[in-house]
Amino acid sequence: MDFPADLAIDLVPLGAPLPMARGVVDAAQWQAAATSAAESGARLVALWGSDRGAAEGGELAVCAAFAGRGGLAWLDLALPASAPRYPDLSARFPAALRMQRAAADLLGIDAAGAEDRRPWLNHGAWPPSWLPLRREDTAEASSPHGAAGDYAFVRVEGDGVHEIPVGPVHAGIIEPGHFRFSVVGEKVLRLEQRLGYTHKGIERRFTELAPLEAHRLAGRVSGDSTLAFAWAYCMALESAATCTVPPRAAALRALMLERERVANHLGDLGALANDAAFAFGLAQFSRLREDWLRMSRDAFGHRLMMDCVQPGGVAAEPDAATLKRIQMQCDAVEREARLLLSIYEEHAGLQDRFMTTGRVTPELAAELGLAGLAGRASGQAADLRCDHAWAPYDALAVRMATRREGDVAARVAVRFDEVFESLRLTRALCARLPDGPVQADLALPAGAAFGAGWVEGWRGEVFVALELGADASIRRCHCHDPSWQNWPVLEHAVIGNIVPDFPLINKSFNLSYSGQDL
Amino acid sequence: MWKTLRQIARNGIRTEPAPEPDEALRESAERIQRELLAILGQALAIRQVDAGSCNGCELEIHALGNPYYNIEGLGIRFVASPRHADLLLVTGPVSRHMETALRRTYDATPEPRLVVAVGDCGCSGGIFGESYASCGRVANVIPVDVAVAGCPPPPLEILRGILTAVRRGHEGVRALRAGSA
Repeated sequence: MDFPADLAIDLVPLGAPLPMARGVVDAAQWQAAATSAAESGARLVALWGSDRGAAEGGELAVCAAFAGRGGLAWLDLALPASAPRYPDLSARFPAALRMQRAAADLLGIDAAGAEDRRPWLNHGAWPPSWLPLRREDTAEASSPHGAAGDYAFVRVEGDGVHEIPVGPVHAGIIEPGHFRFSVVGEKVLRLEQRLGYTHKGIERRFTELAPLEAHRLAGRVSGDSTLAFAWAYCMALESAATCTVPPRAAALRALMLERERVANHLGDLGALANDAAFAFGLAQFSRLREDWLRMSRDAFGHRLMMDCVQPGGVAAEPDAATLKRIQMQCDAVEREARLLLSIYEEHAGLQDRFMTTGRVTPELAAELGLAGLAGRASGQAADLRCDHAWAPYDALAVRMATRREGDVAARVAVRFDEVFESLRLTRALCARLPDGPVQADLALPAGAAFGAGWVEGWRGEVFVALELGADASIRRCHCHDPSWQNWPVLEHAVIGNIVPDFPLINKSFNLSYSGQDL
Repeated sequence: MWKTLRQIARNGIRTEPAPEPDEALRESAERIQRELLAILGQALAIRQVDAGSCNGCELEIHALGNPYYNIEGLGIRFVASPRHADLLLVTGPVSRHMETALRRTYDATPEPRLVVAVGDCGCSGGIFGESYASCGRVANVIPVDVAVAGCPPPPLEILRGILTAVRRGHEGVRALRAGSA
């Protein structure tokens, strides 16, 4: 089985550097495609809705992106405005559930047959009858007020069971979200998350921005993944505008993406030791991370490299001397990280906290669609840099890091492996950086157009679906973070663990709130 | 253990001098600590509230704890409850969904309380602005003493903002005392 080639659907290639294609389906094909995807081991990347407006004929649509060995298929199902219902995907792909609930909150489209229909992104700040992404509503005042309602958490009954509510304001420097633990003594029986607190209307905001400016908004969907989102957005715009990025710009984008990966992994490796009461690890890794961010500032002008990727190319490039310094820093960080790895491995107390904690078996990971770094730590071998190596990764032979244990220790190990691999890639990119321009001309298409971007960010695959209107405006831009897939799996990972291990387990996934709240 | 100790010894102390508050000359660490003691009678306790940020500002606030900035060495620490806090460090455009939580956090913070808004979004709403889901800048929801611009502002600018708020708070307390005397 070679998904999506074996789908009986006309798929139109989207002209991106990675194999992506879009096809219009009817309800029967929608279901058949989901069945075929599930049987061939393909994964659900994203699900979102769109209001095409009466001018396009379709009015409303629901879209799903599946990825298999042959690439990504964007399926598009038109829905009548009178009865905007589509067949539920969550029975085959549990990760679809929250995405479907979000689409219902934003567009009023409904997954027929889905079990859980509670609101997800709307906490009552706007009335359910007002739909933020409906186009006919644009004349309405931008501040409709609703009333916050009670959320129906699932109750666990039984002798000695009690609930621990946590958040939305957390006890550290963390994003806001609500966790409801049902526990017996210290043992967690159930965790239920309620997210959406940082929902700030990103998807509606996109439609108010010019396509050539909106990469800045994409770069702020989740600040820790600014490179991944900015690149994915630019890839989507470039594919819609049939613009090819010069080789030097592509290499610099990859250089920055690997810098972002290393920066986040260094931060996490320190924080994970700290959560297991080994403060030495935090001191050491946070020092390395600071050195790393300062080099990013010297090389690209911004510590997190925000706005350094722009449509058609990159906004900044390091000079030859800085490239040399980057390579030397890679050597220094590698030396230190290898030493710290041996200290971590030999530290009995640390390993005791890491091993078997927060375990997600490969079987459960496959069933729930665990993505990215956490997925690779549970035997889910997927990494776009290997599976669909696009320029410049096609010349780098990226080695994928995987583990099968699925515990905190495995997620730590994958991070260490990926740091070393990214350091190798960084040195290789610096040594063989192509000459030439770093910016291509990008002419917006004259008519309506579709584009897609797909990038392996540090947390996992980031996907952007872009629809341009006939007037060179953004009609719809959906940014998808792998946190959508992984948050529900965290609810499973914590079952049977003790409450004090939750921060450690949570950190080992390190999921984005902003990236899924949008 | 030997390797751990050797790594600590080899790296030594990396802490850099703290920045100058924007209306004063260079402050030494002792001077900052003295001021904190004079104003608050204790070290400065900060409660950080993400009211809807993209998490970029959180990354730079975290960096304040690394050995280079060593914020705890200045007598400033992040606390888990607003009831233990002297200062709220607030990021993000305030999302509608965080509006109530932010107000409650502010109400739970004992007087005299200081509020520092961090980042372009906290200062002005940033690229997200005001919308059906966003209340915009922090000052639209709670009173703000100091706003630190930047997207995100680098750690030193955040620290400078905190110290500026403390200094202003100090002057405010002095004026209050002078008025009542």
